Amino acid sequence: MLRIEGLSAEIDGKEILKGIDLEVPTGEVHAIMGPNGSGKSTLSYVLSGREGYEVTGGTATLNGVDILAMEPEERAAAGLFLAFQYPVELPGVGNATFLRTALNAVRKGRGESELDAMQFLKVARQRMKALSMPEDMLKRGVNVGFSGGEKKRNEILQMAMLEPSMAILDETDSGLDIDALKIVSDGVNAMRGPGFSALVITHYQRLLDYIVPDRVHVLMGGRIVKSGGPELAHELEAQGYGAIQEGLPSKHRFDGGEAAA
Amino acid sequence: MPAVNETIEAVQSVTESTYKWGFETDIEMEFAPKGLNEDIVRFISAKKNEPAWLLEWRLRAFALWKTMETPLWAAVKHPPIDFQDSYYYAAPKEKVGPKSLDEVDPELLKTYAKLGIPLREQEILAGVEGAGSTPAEGRMPIAIDAVFDSVSVATSYKERLGKEGIIFCSISEAVQEHPDLVKKYLGSVVPQGDNFYAALNSAVFTDGSFVYIPKGVRCPMELSTYFRINAKSTGQFERTLIIADAGSHVSYLEGCTAPMRDENQLHAAVVELVAMDDATIKYSTVQNWYPGDAEGKGGIYNFVTKRGACRGARSKISWTQVETGSAITWKYPSCILQGEDSVGEFYSVAITNNYQQADTGTKMFHIGPRTKSTIVSKGISAGHGQNTYRGLVRIGAKATGARNFTQCDSLLIGDLCGAHTVPYIENRCMSAKVEHEATTSRIAEDQLFYCRQRGLTQEEAVGLIVNGFCREVLKELPMEFAVEAQKLLQISLEGSVG
Amino acid sequence: MTTAVATGAAGFLARFEGLKDHLPGARKPWLNTLRADAAAHFAARGFPTRRVEQWKYTDLGAVAQAHFTEPLTMVEGAIALPVANAPDRAVFVDGRFRADLSMLAGLPYRAVGLAQHLDEAEAQLGALAKPQHEPLAALNTMLFEDGLFIDVPAGIDGGLLELVSIALDPGRPFAFHPRHLIRLGAGASLTLIETATGRGQCLHNPVFEITVAEGATLTHGRLLQEEATVFHLSTIYATIAAGGTYDNFTVAAGPRLTRNEIHAALTGPRATCHMNGAQMAAEGQHVDTTTSLDHAAPDCASRQTYKTVLTGRSRGVFQGKILVRREAQKTDGYQMNQALLLSEDAEIDSKPQLEIYADDVKCSHGATVGALDADSLFYLRARGIPESQAKAMLVEAFLHEAVETVTDETLRAALTRALDSWWQRQGAAAA
Repeated sequence: MLRIEGLSAEIDGKEILKGIDLEVPTGEVHAIMGPNGSGKSTLSYVLSGREGYEVTGGTATLNGVDILAMEPEERAAAGLFLAFQYPVELPGVGNATFLRTALNAVRKGRGESELDAMQFLKVARQRMKALSMPEDMLKRGVNVGFSGGEKKRNEILQMAMLEPSMAILDETDSGLDIDALKIVSDGVNAMRGPGFSALVITHYQRLLDYIVPDRVHVLMGGRIVKSGGPELAHELEAQGYGAIQEGLPSKHRFDGGEAAA
Repeated sequence: MPAVNETIEAVQSVTESTYKWGFETDIEMEFAPKGLNEDIVRFISAKKNEPAWLLEWRLRAFALWKTMETPLWAAVKHPPIDFQDSYYYAAPKEKVGPKSLDEVDPELLKTYAKLGIPLREQEILAGVEGAGSTPAEGRMPIAIDAVFDSVSVATSYKERLGKEGIIFCSISEAVQEHPDLVKKYLGSVVPQGDNFYAALNSAVFTDGSFVYIPKGVRCPMELSTYFRINAKSTGQFERTLIIADAGSHVSYLEGCTAPMRDENQLHAAVVELVAMDDATIKYSTVQNWYPGDAEGKGGIYNFVTKRGACRGARSKISWTQVETGSAITWKYPSCILQGEDSVGEFYSVAITNNYQQADTGTKMFHIGPRTKSTIVSKGISAGHGQNTYRGLVRIGAKATGARNFTQCDSLLIGDLCGAHTVPYIENRCMSAKVEHEATTSRIAEDQLFYCRQRGLTQEEAVGLIVNGFCREVLKELPMEFAVEAQKLLQISLEGSVG
Repeated sequence: MTTAVATGAAGFLARFEGLKDHLPGARKPWLNTLRADAAAHFAARGFPTRRVEQWKYTDLGAVAQAHFTEPLTMVEGAIALPVANAPDRAVFVDGRFRADLSMLAGLPYRAVGLAQHLDEAEAQLGALAKPQHEPLAALNTMLFEDGLFIDVPAGIDGGLLELVSIALDPGRPFAFHPRHLIRLGAGASLTLIETATGRGQCLHNPVFEITVAEGATLTHGRLLQEEATVFHLSTIYATIAAGGTYDNFTVAAGPRLTRNEIHAALTGPRATCHMNGAQMAAEGQHVDTTTSLDHAAPDCASRQTYKTVLTGRSRGVFQGKILVRREAQKTDGYQMNQALLLSEDAEIDSKPQLEIYADDVKCSHGATVGALDADSLFYLRARGIPESQAKAMLVEAFLHEAVETVTDETLRAALTRALDSWWQRQGAAAA
């Protein structure tokens, strides 16, 4: 399970996260919703260890282990997976080579044996079929020349291969048409179970019709300002983020309330 | 390819008759004796009543110049220049130096009015006596320094600017009134011995503009200098110095024209800019010196050294130039990016038609950390014109995180012209990122056809496409200049006077 | 016979004076004239200094200062050969052709040592090289002792041939200046893989004169893998007739100083030239690729992609000029050079250049310089791949991209091996 306590972080001296408290128990899927600029992507990068994000306070543990001190690859080996909002293109790096290298690195971290090329291909083909991905995708460069939908499916394929215990999906629904959204959601739902938790970051409620969360949290101005059941997502869809903001004491308002506080 | 042939004809039809700024003003002039020697340098200095240090400074420059050779590396060709066969000082008689507009020779005012630079009108319209003027037709007023051959004849809006602590005057006046500032900054960006023409300028410069923007002041109007060469057999050697103190902001424009003559006249200017912490200088040029006739006879040799120093953190210097005139253009407005996070920009359009030659570009010296530069150059060659982009991006070992992006595009119209691109990239810093792209092409047949199918003439279509090609640069110009520049592009290429 | 001046241009000129009656072809007047003219050019110019524009970024001071001597005498007996890339091969030791080590029997074309066949080569020797412009070509013309002479008749597919150059360390600085002449008749084809290995303080200064006739195709792969004590300065002149193709791919990874200079001219319609390469330098090394492409006929195409990777205190240079003459309408020219800096002490200098006199053309060039992309690195690490391995993957991908254009599989495999082994050596050095 993922436990975050009082997590604050800044970029270039600018405070973005201002004390996040969040717990995602094993086996649960939680959603984080929030308007643009609320710190959603920052949270995903801080948890996965991207350079340039400085943690100024608080803790984050995955299955009881402090992850904030780890290198990005150590976090991955510890079971954390980030599905990127904008998957990076790696010209010249073959998708198959990349996947196999990553999988074996993570397996090694888990104390499992490495897969040889045949074993790897067998698993990869199986997973790709489930995600309706053409096999020639394996031969191409990582994400190079992929459409937006293909890139997102590629992220889900990687997740399925690496079998993390905790996945963060950062705006995975952006740029997807309804068919692709369904495929991606099926991919995530297939992994749900007692050993898997996920944090689904999204701006819209749409994705949550397909990946129904156990809990929904609203992130605004760098803090979790409200939490509730799946119905909270519908509430937000109907009333917008403004409604929540108005209901908050001024010290929790992100649009200038800070200065007043 | 009939369309292309028509284009070429349209371009070839451009003759000297399209240069509407080519008239001569008949005015009584005072000249220094022809030729160049130490006595001439002393004559100029004495004429301007300069302090001893400045005469010494000029003489040192002259001594350096004598040891130097004409630069040959540029892709331009011209017969050797006889530096003894020219006047180094030519001024309208009567008084020397700035004066109130009422005292200015009406012939001169007429000249500027004819050039579209109505010194008096602007002054009156904006009501200089009463502060807090209402600009005519909702336009921003523009303060103008008018340089006629060797001297500044008028500077407008001085009082209004003075209230903000802004100094805007001719450099001759600045030498008298603000000697400490001049002494401190003159030659601090372009030293006397920097190059052959800069050394020549340092020895014999006669006038130019001086600007000082005090700390934290945002200059309330565009500052502008209008350069005019009028007299025969003269060289113009102007010197401009702009200092933007911490947190200040200024936008400066210059324009230039000259009469049509068969002889080649030399214009060798030096411009120095200094930007302190958080200061911004935007320097725009529309260069329309007489380009010579259709056979390549006459025209100005425009050999100019322009350089800005971003001394302060987060300072910014932005050069924009539209070069349509001159027989030969040789200029590389550059930025020395010393202050951390400082920014240098260079936006350029250069057109060469008939027998014009241009070798122009920029140098970006990245010294401080996180310095950024952007270079956008658009070259258009027509007729027998030769157009070269020459640029240097140098990133020093301490410029961590520095960033440069360069885009050079060339357009060829007709098969007798040339377009050349010579960028130098020198990087000694691992974390710096440099990107350079260059393309050369001609106006696509399908674009031309598309425009013509929609009812445009060949000339209009070419003009439209060329303007589109230059859009990235033109949009950097202040509004009124942008309109002027668009017209100039059209005229330079089409032959139909707008 | 020792002379007081042994270094620099004067040293080479003095040795030329002493050796000229002993050099191959010394009794042939035409060759004597050629050598004497070249010596006059070399005497007039000497070694280029950095004040010469084409040598702005590469300093030959260390070459000029070394006390080189020419080998003249042939090394005999068996020597260890590098792993073969092709069954047919011509072997040169210290610049001299070794028939006993070569395997050239039964070829459908001529491939022989130049020194023994000078008369056959008279028309071609010096036809393309410009000793008046390139001092190193002058030096080569003045002192060459041998080289490979290839003549593929019209319509013949010559298959694959390997040119092996080995420099042995005689324990003193020495220089050799092989002259290679390659001629492909109309419609002929050949794939030439060149491997240069060597050690000791030596100067390897080859000049190639390459003629590709109408519709012929020469694929020329070069692996410059001499040790870090060697100066490798090569100059290639190629002329490509209508419909012909010259495809050059060079991997420069090893010598202390490498200059890979190529002058190619497209002289007939629809001729094609590809110049690609990867150059790498580590601590104390300097690599320089300088290309000049002359589009002299209409409807021609040229493609260039060069990659540079620098580690340690090293320096990389790329200079590439595309000239499009007035008559070369419908030219399609493209050039890309990219450099990856892996060390704070590395320096890259790049000067792409377009000189265009025809209007109906499509020409572009691009250059990028930078460190490994931080986003890519993070993406790989976020998938669990350790940093050093992630870096290696990205560097390999960067280099392999350049090789993708090579269609000949044998050549591509050889080039890929050369790239990978260089990177593995760097990894080993860093660990």
